[in-house]
Amino acid sequence: MTTVTEQPNARTSSSSGGPGDRPTVSGGSGRGSGGGAAWLRRAPLLPALLFTIVMTQLPFLATLVISFMHYQAYAPDSHGFAGFSNFKAVFQSADLRSSALTTVYLTVTVVLVSLVLGMGIALLLNRSFFGRGIVRTMIITPFLVVPVAAALFFKHGIFNPSSGLINGVISWVWGLFGDTTPPAPDWLSQFPLLSVELQLIWQWTPFMTLILLAGLQSRSHDVLEAAAVDGAGPWRTFASITLPHMRQYLELAGLLGSIYVVQNFDSVFTITSGSLGTANLPYTVYTTVFNAQDYGLASAQGVIVVIASIGIATLALRTVFSLFQPEGAR
Amino acid sequence: MRMRSQRALIGLASIAVIATTAACGGAGGGGSSKGTVRVLMVNNPQMVDLQKLTAANFTKDTGIKVKFTVLPENDLRDKASQEFTNQSNQYDVATLSNFEIPFYSNNGWLASMQGYSDKDTSFDQADVFPSMSKSLTGKDGKIYGEPFYGESSFLMYRKDVFKKAGISMPEKPTWDQVAAAAAKVDGAEPGMKGICLRGQPGWGEVMAPLTTVVNTFGGTWFEKDWTPKVDAPEFKAATNFYVNLVRKHGEAGAPQSGFTECLNALTQGKVAMWYDATSAAGSLEASGSPVAGKIGYAQAPVKDTKSAGWLYAWSWAIEKKSKNTDNAWKFVSWASSKKYEELVGKELGWSRVPAGKRASLYANPAYQKAAGAFAQPTLTAIENANPVDPGVQPRPTVGVQFVDIPEFTDLGTRVSQYISSAIAGKGSVDDALKRGQGLAETVADKYR
Amino acid sequence: MTTTDPATTNDAPVTRPTATRRPRRRPRGSAITGLAAWAVGFTFVLPVLWMALTSLHTEADAGAGRPQVFASLTFANYSDFFSGGGADPWPPIINSATAAILSTLLVLVLAVPAAYALSVKPIEKWTDVMFFFLSTKMLPMVAGLLPVYLIAQKTGLLDNITFLILIYTAMNLPIAVWMMRSFLAEIPPALFEAAEIDGAGLVTILRKIVVPLSAPGMAATALICFIFSWNELLFAKSLTGTVAGTAPVFLTSFVTSQGLFLAQVSAAAIVVSLPVLIAGFAAQDKLVQGLSLGAVK
Repeated sequence: MTTVTEQPNARTSSSSGGPGDRPTVSGGSGRGSGGGAAWLRRAPLLPALLFTIVMTQLPFLATLVISFMHYQAYAPDSHGFAGFSNFKAVFQSADLRSSALTTVYLTVTVVLVSLVLGMGIALLLNRSFFGRGIVRTMIITPFLVVPVAAALFFKHGIFNPSSGLINGVISWVWGLFGDTTPPAPDWLSQFPLLSVELQLIWQWTPFMTLILLAGLQSRSHDVLEAAAVDGAGPWRTFASITLPHMRQYLELAGLLGSIYVVQNFDSVFTITSGSLGTANLPYTVYTTVFNAQDYGLASAQGVIVVIASIGIATLALRTVFSLFQPEGAR
Repeated sequence: MRMRSQRALIGLASIAVIATTAACGGAGGGGSSKGTVRVLMVNNPQMVDLQKLTAANFTKDTGIKVKFTVLPENDLRDKASQEFTNQSNQYDVATLSNFEIPFYSNNGWLASMQGYSDKDTSFDQADVFPSMSKSLTGKDGKIYGEPFYGESSFLMYRKDVFKKAGISMPEKPTWDQVAAAAAKVDGAEPGMKGICLRGQPGWGEVMAPLTTVVNTFGGTWFEKDWTPKVDAPEFKAATNFYVNLVRKHGEAGAPQSGFTECLNALTQGKVAMWYDATSAAGSLEASGSPVAGKIGYAQAPVKDTKSAGWLYAWSWAIEKKSKNTDNAWKFVSWASSKKYEELVGKELGWSRVPAGKRASLYANPAYQKAAGAFAQPTLTAIENANPVDPGVQPRPTVGVQFVDIPEFTDLGTRVSQYISSAIAGKGSVDDALKRGQGLAETVADKYR
Repeated sequence: MTTTDPATTNDAPVTRPTATRRPRRRPRGSAITGLAAWAVGFTFVLPVLWMALTSLHTEADAGAGRPQVFASLTFANYSDFFSGGGADPWPPIINSATAAILSTLLVLVLAVPAAYALSVKPIEKWTDVMFFFLSTKMLPMVAGLLPVYLIAQKTGLLDNITFLILIYTAMNLPIAVWMMRSFLAEIPPALFEAAEIDGAGLVTILRKIVVPLSAPGMAATALICFIFSWNELLFAKSLTGTVAGTAPVFLTSFVTSQGLFLAQVSAAAIVVSLPVLIAGFAAQDKLVQGLSLGAVK
């Protein structure tokens, strides 16, 4: 099956249509042939495709055009063609370089830590214990809090140096030992990026956990049983059966997590307002549009971010697509 | 399982039908109807009070409905600049300030209020402080904004703590005196720091008090001919002074502290002094405040200039594109009127009145009685603030705590990010100002 | 106690035969596992519990220097939220519901036929189309913000909930196509062939076969689209004003520049998160399918 669907040019392979077989162009029903039938097949796809093209590609086309313009909204008299000057400004800007680095750092840290934590929690949840359903619900909860609500509360209710929960717990624990001068670190100033990461890890670990848990539960029980019968220890089983099996789930969770974390705006905007080196690319582009009102420069930033994304996405898409192949053959 | 999902889908569909009806009924339009004024404003308490009082008073009297969008300061600035530069006509009225109104009016983004204020004698434009009216006037000499409340900056300190420590605060202190006092009162009570100074990034956050320090230390962002002076020795000395003071004796969490955080810090006894907006006094002296009656007020600390306080007025402006200017003026003139000040005084208490804009308020016995502690220092501060000549050298634009050009929002914000980092100990002042000088050069190129 | 112990894996039908071979009693490690899992679960839910508790405190207790676990409880923050004389929270909540629900429906209407053309009777180069859809999710949304704003402004669609619905539809459609494709691939092809032999057209097939058989998948898709639309902040705050503002935008207005606000923000955050929390708790299994774009059943 996989071989058939992977061949885009399957006109020749229009086959008998056995179970599981999905010919790509006019199948066994024999209703018409040639262009008309092909368009009939495409018809259900077209609304969604056209809608997506109009809503996602046209704006980027506009971005591309604006990126070659002097378009500073504060100076309405001096709009005009700018050549590559916006792009030059982008590449010369140390702030943009550092926000690109921040984006990479933020995304990689959040996704990796969430994956590791998610894997650990998924292994725990995969065992039976009292109240497993409740614990699972508790783990999912962070993902179901509106992100800006979570970010707001983390900023003011968790990280706040005087009334936040973390320092409150510290002073309570210290108080137990009779220490009246507990340390009260100022999380947002001393560890600004870590604070943003903590909030995001808290929010995204449930996501990883859910996917990985589903992966664990889809392990073949025959294989596991055979391993047990053969006397394989827990580590051996984990390393040679569980991990290989989980690889595609880890990749899937990592990829999907990256898609969302790399775009994160809410947390950076809410928790630190991009200060102290936490500005990521979405936040930087946002401030160039809304604070500096320099539409030309913002568009040039956007274009460069898009080009970089396409490069990374092409690699990532190959990975994710391989994940969906076996499922098509079921 | 499938049955349950189908039922869920049916449920979803029926909610959708309800939502569609709601969408058509309530949220369909977006345009302005005749009897509605759409207002974009900052969510400072004075504005939140206004929002609460509007329906029962303004709408009741005039029949004009008012729809508000209320946003935190930084959000508001982003939204307002987007709105006015594009003339999006999502709003009729917005809270701008003496920073935006001069160049917004020059770009033709604002509707003039001159004609309205000339005709509307009950509004009494002459009662508004002349310095305010002037700073809200365009190049063409017409008024483009009416102040809602005005403020300067001054020093607030805990009289009781200072008395115990045996320090007296002069009416016009110098920064050296303030720094010495901060060192002495640091730790005067458990958990109390010497002084609260803003450290939060933003041209209107840390940059506002810091620029007043720069001015009085003899520094400036630009000289008259737009020569940038951000890495000049005076600017550097002022910034080092500010950063060192806040690092040594400043509040906890300084790099993230703005007006709110400092207000809370002083209210809760976590700092002994605070240099910030005069409008803070109303909150400090409000009933229920644990420090009411304990606060002394001194003029903005100075070094090389006679006064250093800033001048700022949250002001109403009407968008040029608005097709609803008559109603918009009715709202503006009500919100900025003497009548509204009295309404707040009677309904919510005199300390909550949006003050600092009308001379008549300071002659009002009821206000004098309620705001006795800070009314005179506030008035002095506002009268002494000098936007035209705030430092030791001539300036290319007006403005005490800002350079009145649109590029300053970006320039000031970016430099403030570096300085905030320096306050957090994540970079040096020298480095911050060197980068700031580079940014200022780019800006200056446009004007030279 | 090993990770492979079949008695502790959860799929009952498969583990049953082995249960006779291995002892039935709970393994030794179980208590420790349970304890660890509860500890982890509690850690993750703690910020939300703390938020809920804070929302029931007075501002003075919420802002006190030390967490006040046993401070007296009050519903004042909630009654203030709904009728405190400030902004009315219902219009933004209704706007959020409208945008989330209608865009979700629109997504399904577009995605199900598209998935049909990509899975049941795949067109040529369907893999490229799938690539295209997913690649749009990898483009930074913020880069499209400015042109979208300018377009909305020029066409008079600013502050219009309909425009927000279209944006959210575009935002979620690629995910939905991927999910629905993998759900439709599950339906036995014989069903479609039989229907075609009976002369059923596309609409009939969609209505009689695809929709009923992929209902669980559609529910999962709808849940995810609903959550992402409900949560969206960046476009909502940029494109709306007095009329079409959504709940997350409304929430940001609670951070005042003066005075204490933590308890108020907590109450508002709980109210705004409630629809998503309820939907997510009620359909946990759907959440997994949805989040993995249907790759994980």
